[in-house]
Amino acid sequence: MSWMHRHLLDVDALSRPEMELLLDQAVHMEDLLDRPIKKVPALRGKLVVNLFFEPSTRTRVSFELAEKFLGADVVNWAASGSSTSKGETLRDTAWTLEAMGADAVVVRHGMPGVPWYLREKLRKASVFNAGDGAHAHPTQALLDVYTVWKHCNRSLDGLRVAIVGDVLHSRVVRSDVQAFRLLGAEVVLAGPRTLMPLETDALGAVYEPDPVKAVEGADVVYLLRIQKERALEGLYPTDDEYHRRWGADEELMARAKKGAFVMHPGPINRGVEIASAVADGPNSLILDQVRSGVAVRMALLYLCMGGMEA
Amino acid sequence: MTWQEKARVQTAQEMDRSLRRMAHEIVERNKGLDGVVLVGIQRRGVPLAERIAKLLEKFEGVLPPQGKLDITLYRDDLSLRYPQPLLRGTDVPFDLSGRKVVLVDDVLYTGRTVRAALDALMDLGRPASVQLAVLVDRGHRELPIHADYVGKNLPTSQAEVVEVRVAEIDGADEIWICEKVEEQA
Repeated sequence: MSWMHRHLLDVDALSRPEMELLLDQAVHMEDLLDRPIKKVPALRGKLVVNLFFEPSTRTRVSFELAEKFLGADVVNWAASGSSTSKGETLRDTAWTLEAMGADAVVVRHGMPGVPWYLREKLRKASVFNAGDGAHAHPTQALLDVYTVWKHCNRSLDGLRVAIVGDVLHSRVVRSDVQAFRLLGAEVVLAGPRTLMPLETDALGAVYEPDPVKAVEGADVVYLLRIQKERALEGLYPTDDEYHRRWGADEELMARAKKGAFVMHPGPINRGVEIASAVADGPNSLILDQVRSGVAVRMALLYLCMGGMEA
Repeated sequence: MTWQEKARVQTAQEMDRSLRRMAHEIVERNKGLDGVVLVGIQRRGVPLAERIAKLLEKFEGVLPPQGKLDITLYRDDLSLRYPQPLLRGTDVPFDLSGRKVVLVDDVLYTGRTVRAALDALMDLGRPASVQLAVLVDRGHRELPIHADYVGKNLPTSQAEVVEVRVAEIDGADEIWICEKVEEQA
């Protein structure tokens, strides 16, 4: 089995053996993170551009660390203050990056589909989707399944994953449902009806309106971030009320399997979607997710950025 | 194009004799095993290092520490290869500083793998010295690298490959010279 992808736009591009190969390679990359010298020369001479049209701290920093640990040269191209605000089109930005010699572009954009458009316009650079609109966030999904896979003896078969929160506006959930299901886990979605898309079935997951029933027997409880401006839009009444009804506190976690893992893509809102006692508790994988993110992105960049044209 | 066996160079017994002699030479050169550690290069250097370590234990009564070194991320031909070679993992569970490291690999050819191994090793620590043990030295060096312990010097043509097979991975201990055969159209 070998890796034949040069880009990663969405999780559905990967077969189960390909995803497992990536997770296996990430284990070796994670070993590097424990060493005094974390840098290896695998991508020496390659130029990676992090093209972020939306603010992002952890995803960008995680990609940047992965790129630097692999020895690549890194340029951070933030949309604010760049030529985009002067009216440059995405196509011209893409060609400009290529003219500068970019070997890979990591893109985050508010519009779904932008990474696909870039792949079409770029002649040779690899494209990695770091989140497009509310559509997909494949590297988040890979780091999420990797974190669980590592803790569950490298198998997700038969696990029950409850994802609770704002499913409607989440790019994380779409990719996560695909990734968890590809590896044999079952996914249940929970959250206020106002924050739930109409066609949850199309995601391949079951919608359970009652959060207690959703986490019943769950091996993993995954909380999605609640953006506080949604309350102003009238989608839920107040942060306190959200917390009482949908937030993960010790009482809700007691309904899940004993020792069930708690996850969150970050940044967390303490006292809204998650109680501090749960976020900082012994079963929280939240900081492990951060570390896993660097390892998984290293594995992905390494596998995709072979020098020879396919 | 496929590779076809041309000649067997060593049997299991001959391989064992080579390893025994190399083990004795390691003890002789280092005046014992004080500070000596073995690091096998993935993949076949790993079982070979384990075997040399066991022989050293038999001869000297001390089992030297053993590690595994994956040199993939240090290769100088990564940008020439597609798809990328896969990682098998580095595991050196002891401090290299001040140690006498014996690097172990199956075949020494261009020297590029050893060059990468030296870089990988130096990122892990600062050994007092590094020595190189290989089961086969087949010549055709492209870099100024030489082995300190050699199982067998084997003159080859560059059109040939030397295949070291070890029981742990390949089911049998053997060394073969193989050559390319053009497939019939």
